Amino acid sequence: MKILYFAWIRERVGKAEEELELPAEVATVSDLVQWLKGRGEEYAFAFENQKVVRAALDRVHVRPEAKLTGAREIALFPPMTGG
Amino acid sequence: MTVRITDHPFDPAAEAAALSRGRTDIGAVVAFSGICRDSEDEGKIASLTLEHYPGMAEAEIERHVAEAEARWPLLGVRVVHRVGRIEPGETIVFVACTSKHRQAAFEAAEFLMDYLKTRAPFWKKVEAAGGANWVEAKEKDDAAAARWTKSAKQDAAE
Repeated sequence: MKILYFAWIRERVGKAEEELELPAEVATVSDLVQWLKGRGEEYAFAFENQKVVRAALDRVHVRPEAKLTGAREIALFPPMTGG
Repeated sequence: MTVRITDHPFDPAAEAAALSRGRTDIGAVVAFSGICRDSEDEGKIASLTLEHYPGMAEAEIERHVAEAEARWPLLGVRVVHRVGRIEPGETIVFVACTSKHRQAAFEAAEFLMDYLKTRAPFWKKVEAAGGANWVEAKEKDDAAAARWTKSAKQDAAE
C-alpha cells in the first residue's frame, strides 16, 4: 500500500510517501494510524492527536472507520486550509 | 467548467473575461478572488506557501463544481487555485460562476468557496518574522460548509 503524507504530518514523519506491507489486522484507516504510531517516535509525534488526522483512499475523502481493502493509495493529512 | 491549479501568478480579471467572452446568453457573472494579505493576527506575512495533493485536488474541485452545476442553473464555472510560494497581493484562489439571473451565480460562488476552504486538499504555510507556521483550519469554515448540506436536504424535502 502506498501511503502519502502532507503538511505538518509529512514534516513530522520525515517523508512525503512510502510503500508499506500492512499486517492483516490493519483493516481500517484508524487501525492504520494506530499501527503507524508504533513504528517510531516520528510517527507517534505525527499522529499523537488522531482527532485531527484526515484521510483519503484512492483520492476520495473517507472517515476513520473506512476499510482499506482494495485501496491502492492512502493519504494522511491535517485539516485542509485551501481556498 | 474549467478547473486549473497553477504555480504561477495569474490575472483574475482575464479569467473572468474568458468566461463571458463571446456569449450573449449570460446575464450574471459573479467572480470571487481570494488574495494573500500582508498581515495576520501574529504580525506581518512575508509569504504564503501552498502544498497540495496533486490528482486529488483537481478531482475534488471538479466534484464540487459538478455538484454546483447540478444544484443551480449555471452557464459556466471557472476555478483557478495557486500552489507554491505566494506573495502578499497575489491572488490565491479565483471562483467565477455565470448564469442567466444573479441568484444562481451568487449562491454557487459562495457554495464553491465554502467547500474549497474545507474539502480541497491544500495546506497553507505562512512565512513571517518569527518563522514558518502551518495555518490552522477554522471551525467557522466547517460551519459555513455544513449549511450547504442542510440546504440541499431542505431543497430535496420541498
